[in-house]
Amino acid sequence: MTVNTVTTTVTTAPNSVEIRGLSRAFDGNTVLHDLDLDIREGEFVALLGHSGCGKSTLLRVLAGLDDEIGGEVTVPARRSAAFQSPRLLPWLKVWRNVVLGLPGRPDRALARRALDEVGIAERADVWPKTLSGGQAQRVSLARALVREPELLLLDEPFGALDALTRGRVQQLVAELWERHGCAILLVTHDVEEALLLADRVLVMDEGRIAHEVAVELPRPRDLTAPEFVTLRARLLGWLGVTHTGISDAPGPRTPEGNSS
Amino acid sequence: MTTKQLGARAPVLDKPDPPAAPTPARITIRGTAHLPRRLSVPRSVRRTVGPVGLVLLWFLGSTTGVLPESVLASPVDVVRQAVELTKTGELPDAIAASGRRAATGFLIGATVALSLSLLAGLFRLGEDVIDSSMGMFRAIPWVGLIPLFIVWFGIEETPKIALVALGVTYPLYFNIYGGIRSADAQLVEAARMMGLGRLGLIRYVILPSALPGALVGLRYALSTAWLALVFAEQINADAGLGHLMSNAQQYFRTDVIVLCLAVYALLGLACDFAVRVLSRRLLSWRASFEGEA
Repeated sequence: MTVNTVTTTVTTAPNSVEIRGLSRAFDGNTVLHDLDLDIREGEFVALLGHSGCGKSTLLRVLAGLDDEIGGEVTVPARRSAAFQSPRLLPWLKVWRNVVLGLPGRPDRALARRALDEVGIAERADVWPKTLSGGQAQRVSLARALVREPELLLLDEPFGALDALTRGRVQQLVAELWERHGCAILLVTHDVEEALLLADRVLVMDEGRIAHEVAVELPRPRDLTAPEFVTLRARLLGWLGVTHTGISDAPGPRTPEGNSS
Repeated sequence: MTTKQLGARAPVLDKPDPPAAPTPARITIRGTAHLPRRLSVPRSVRRTVGPVGLVLLWFLGSTTGVLPESVLASPVDVVRQAVELTKTGELPDAIAASGRRAATGFLIGATVALSLSLLAGLFRLGEDVIDSSMGMFRAIPWVGLIPLFIVWFGIEETPKIALVALGVTYPLYFNIYGGIRSADAQLVEAARMMGLGRLGLIRYVILPSALPGALVGLRYALSTAWLALVFAEQINADAGLGHLMSNAQQYFRTDVIVLCLAVYALLGLACDFAVRVLSRRLLSWRASFEGEA
C-alpha cells in the first residue's frame, strides 16, 4: 500500500474533467478561489470539506447549473447528478421520473432496466410519495445512470439516509461505478465514506483544494485495516478534527460490503 | 395495551433548591386498539347531516307557522313550484339560459386568467407589467362595475357575460400565478440537470407545481361565476333564473324566489363537487394531511 499525496499517479487515462483557475464569488464573497483540478476518466474522486467551504458550489459549476464563474472548466457533455434529497417530481410515476428529459417518447423498458439495476424494479409504477428515503435515493441514482453519464456528480447523496440504509446504498454506488466505469465526483463530509469509495480524496478549504490523497487500498475496503485507520486520522487532521484517537478501532458505523 | 413513558428529567446540578416540576415526569399512553370501535357513520352520511337537518328545521318552522308564507315559503311549496315550473318548461329554460351565460363568461374569464397568469408567472417582464396592474384592478369591487358595463355594453347579454368573466378572472389569475411561482427551485434545477429544455420545464415541472393552486382558484372562480350571475341577471333579464326571480318578486311569490335561490345553490354545489372530484383525480400524487378521523 502506498499513500500518495502527489496529483499525478501512474495511471494514464485521459482527463474527463479539467478545471483551470476556477473562481466564483457571491456578492464579493469569494467561494471558489483560483481552483485547479483534473479528474481522469473512470476515476472516483471524493471531495471533503466543512460546510461552506465551496464544495457544493464546485459541484454546481461542474453540473452546469452555475456559469457566473471565472476561469475555465472542461467537462463531458454527458453528465448527470444525484443530490442529497432525491428531487423526484412527485406528479410523475417512478418510472417516468427515471426517463425524464431523455429525448423521444418515455421508454418504459429502459426505465425498468435502470430500476432493476438499483434493485427496485417492482416500484416502477408507484407515486414517489410512497417510497422510503432509501428507495427514493435509489430511484434518483437510476435516473442519473440511465443517461449513461461519463461524469456522475453526487452531492451528499447518502447524507439524509439512516446508517443501515446508507451502507447499502454506498455499496450499490460502488457496484454501479464498477459496472458503468464513469468518473464520479462525490461531495461528502463523511471521511469514512470517502475512504470506502474513492480512488482519490480531496479536502477543500477556503475555496481551494487544500489537500489530496490517493487511496490505493484493495476493494472492498476494510474499515479496520491499519492503513485505512491511518488515512482516516490524516484526513480528520486536515479537516481540523483532532480529538479522534488514531488507534481507535472501527467507528460506530460498519456498512456492509467491507467485511468480505 | 399501555405504554409507560419515562419523562425526560434534566439532572439538576449545583442547585440547592430545585423548582417543583410543573408537569408530571411520567405520563401514561393508553392504547385504543383494544377498545370496541366507536359506532362509525360513513363520511358521506355525516356530510349530509347538516344540510338535511337545516331543511328539516325549515319544514318544521313552516308547518308550525313560525315562518309565515309571506316571509318564506315552506319547502313543500318550493318543491311543488319546482315540479310545476319544470312541467311548463319555464325552469329548464331559465337554467339553460343562466347556464349559458355562466359557461360563456367562465370560459372567457378563464382564458384571460390563464394567459395573463402564464405570462406573469413565467416571464419577469410579464410579471412587472401585468401583476401590479392586476393588483390594482382587484381593488375595484367588480360588482360596482355594473353601471359602467351597462353604459358600455347595453342591457343585453354582453354586460352579464362580461361581469361573470371579470369575477372569474381574479381568483384564477392570482392562484395560478402564485402556483407557478411556488415551483420548487430544487426540482427545477434537477429537471434542468436531467436535460429538460425550457418547454419541458414548463410542461413537466412548473405547470404541475401550479396545479394545486389552480384547482383552488377554480373552486373560487366557479362560485364567483354563479355569484356574478345573480348580480348580472338583475339587469333587465328577459330569460334565465334572474328573470324568473324578478317576476316572482313583483307578485310576492316567495316560493319561486326560494326555488331560484335553491337552484343557484345546487348549481354552485354541483360545480364544487365536480372540482373536488377533478382535484382528487389530478392530485392523487400528493401526500397531504387528510384530516383527523
